[in-house]
Amino acid sequence: MSKALLYDATMCIGCKQCESACAQQNKLPYDDKIAAESVQSEHKYTVVMTKDDKFMRRLCMHCEHPACASACPVGAFHKTKEGPVVYDVWKCIGCRYCMVACAFAQPKYEWHSRNPRVRKCIMCPERLVAGKQTACAEICPTGATKFGDRDDLIREAQQRIRENPSTYVPRIYGLNEVGGTCVLILSSMNVEEYGYPASAKIGDTPMPEYTGRVMSKVPDFIPVWSLVLGGIYWISHRREEVAAAEAEETKDENGSKR
Amino acid sequence: MKIKLTFWRVVFILIMAAGLYSTFVRYFYGLGAVSNMTDQFPWGLWIGFDCLCGVMLAAGGFCVIGAVYLFNVQRLHSVVRPAVLTAFLGYLLFIVGLLFDLGRPWYIWHQLIYMNPHSVMFEVGMCVMTYTTVLFFEFLPSVFERFNLRAPIKWIKNIYPVLVVLGILLSTLHQSSLGSLYLIMPSKLHPFWYTPALPFLFFGSAISVGLAMTIFESTQSAKAFGRHLELSVLVELGGALLVALWVNALLRFEDYFHRGMLGQIIKPGYEAYFLWLELSLAFVIPITMLSFKKVRLSPSGLYLASVISLLGFITNRLNVSLIGFETYVGHHYLPKWTEFSVTLMIIAMGFALFGLAVKYLPIFPEQEQAAKKLVRTESRPVAGAAVLGHAGD
Repeated sequence: MSKALLYDATMCIGCKQCESACAQQNKLPYDDKIAAESVQSEHKYTVVMTKDDKFMRRLCMHCEHPACASACPVGAFHKTKEGPVVYDVWKCIGCRYCMVACAFAQPKYEWHSRNPRVRKCIMCPERLVAGKQTACAEICPTGATKFGDRDDLIREAQQRIRENPSTYVPRIYGLNEVGGTCVLILSSMNVEEYGYPASAKIGDTPMPEYTGRVMSKVPDFIPVWSLVLGGIYWISHRREEVAAAEAEETKDENGSKR
Repeated sequence: MKIKLTFWRVVFILIMAAGLYSTFVRYFYGLGAVSNMTDQFPWGLWIGFDCLCGVMLAAGGFCVIGAVYLFNVQRLHSVVRPAVLTAFLGYLLFIVGLLFDLGRPWYIWHQLIYMNPHSVMFEVGMCVMTYTTVLFFEFLPSVFERFNLRAPIKWIKNIYPVLVVLGILLSTLHQSSLGSLYLIMPSKLHPFWYTPALPFLFFGSAISVGLAMTIFESTQSAKAFGRHLELSVLVELGGALLVALWVNALLRFEDYFHRGMLGQIIKPGYEAYFLWLELSLAFVIPITMLSFKKVRLSPSGLYLASVISLLGFITNRLNVSLIGFETYVGHHYLPKWTEFSVTLMIIAMGFALFGLAVKYLPIFPEQEQAAKKLVRTESRPVAGAAVLGHAGD
């Protein structure tokens, strides 16, 4: 069963311990200056944003059908069975199609490196395999970021909305967006106000389906189109061949007569 | 040997110097130092122009090959070699551009071993790789003729039908797939340009551009190399261009009509201005011009109409790849001067290589005739259309 994170913005106190735990886990620099940065970057996989005394966290959504994995020409991204969408740097050629393809704009780039890597939250895959929770969920003092099985977390989120309907916007962001994600968000404000793409805009269709509709036709298209092209070639050259063959015949006949 | 310093040679040297400086910055300080690309704008001028426009502008190769060999329109035979040369150089330079844009170009060969068949980029990469090889073989006969090598010419002659079919198949695939690349971002690309029909529109416009580019390059090289211009060929291409533009314009209209966008595209706005610019340059002006018989029969009229439509389709590719993302991102992207200088350097290299090839290889009809007289394989014309006429021998 797929693991997931449930982030409940109403429980978040903005302590940013998830940020520092994430940095430590991924061996990224972290100090007061970086803590003050309010955007994700190649050295900041997750960020806690503040707006009107309310907090919101951003991190890779770990889509059930990740656009990055489908887009990558060398398959440097893949979704593990535990849920994380991970990145194999040694495959990457640096085309950055993943960054353009991601509806949540999560992959970031080492723009000033000579041998740049794509950087994003990878949901602590080694910890998950070892049966531990993610670093951010483990350190969260209020339980705002909660780790668990995706189905359990969905049930819990639905229950929280049911029990406190006045507190929450009545939806779980990530339940169906782009076919579902492994990061689920509950909030008292619309997540769109913090820069998340609107549900209506990204829709419930997994992004890889949009290209898949075309790509799935390619294997059939190649033989059919080759035959059509070959056929056109044959027909348009047939007349000349016949004429040439006839000319050859008459020449031969003339030759044998002599 | 003394080389005269003409105006264009000075320009060329300046462009190369600026480009080499940018190349140094690119490889020593990274993409961030050389470009205005950011996490919000991961694809900039190099993808928008060098790659999308570059491949589109090299479409002349498969269009002319298709007309002359596939449909056996021998009247256009004299433009085959210039068109194949332009396409071959175009794809080589596209690969050069890619080496600048890829973050880790030294791993470009990973494409061949870590394949992801779901990726449009993978398909484009494989097609471009194979098609460049095909173009290389289509281009080879002129080199063999130059060095009077008879055996390999015969060898290429035998596989030419395969090259023709393969080249057109691969072009169909990747010209359309460059549009499919953008299908995965319905929430990011502006609805003026995001449409499920993107692959069809990209392929359709590649054919128009291929024809326009052939007119442009024939006229241009006639001027530059003092060649005689075959008007009948240009007129034929111009007529085909008019039809292709009409088909493309109708496709665009149909697309907007079916998506209920007609009301929106006439409302003024940032994106609308760029769309209007694109549509008027690509369709309205050249179609109007070419509708007059006087224009269709005059070399300068055909040249002008072609150049305008080329500018229109370049605008289209830049709209799809850059302008169409600005609303989503929330700010504008303007390439840094170093980005421009690399692009200019690549274009300048293209012109220089074309000039060198024309100088030393039998590319144009009169040179081709002379070379053929030299080679004289069984007193039969070598390579090119005549060869295929004898394919059944």
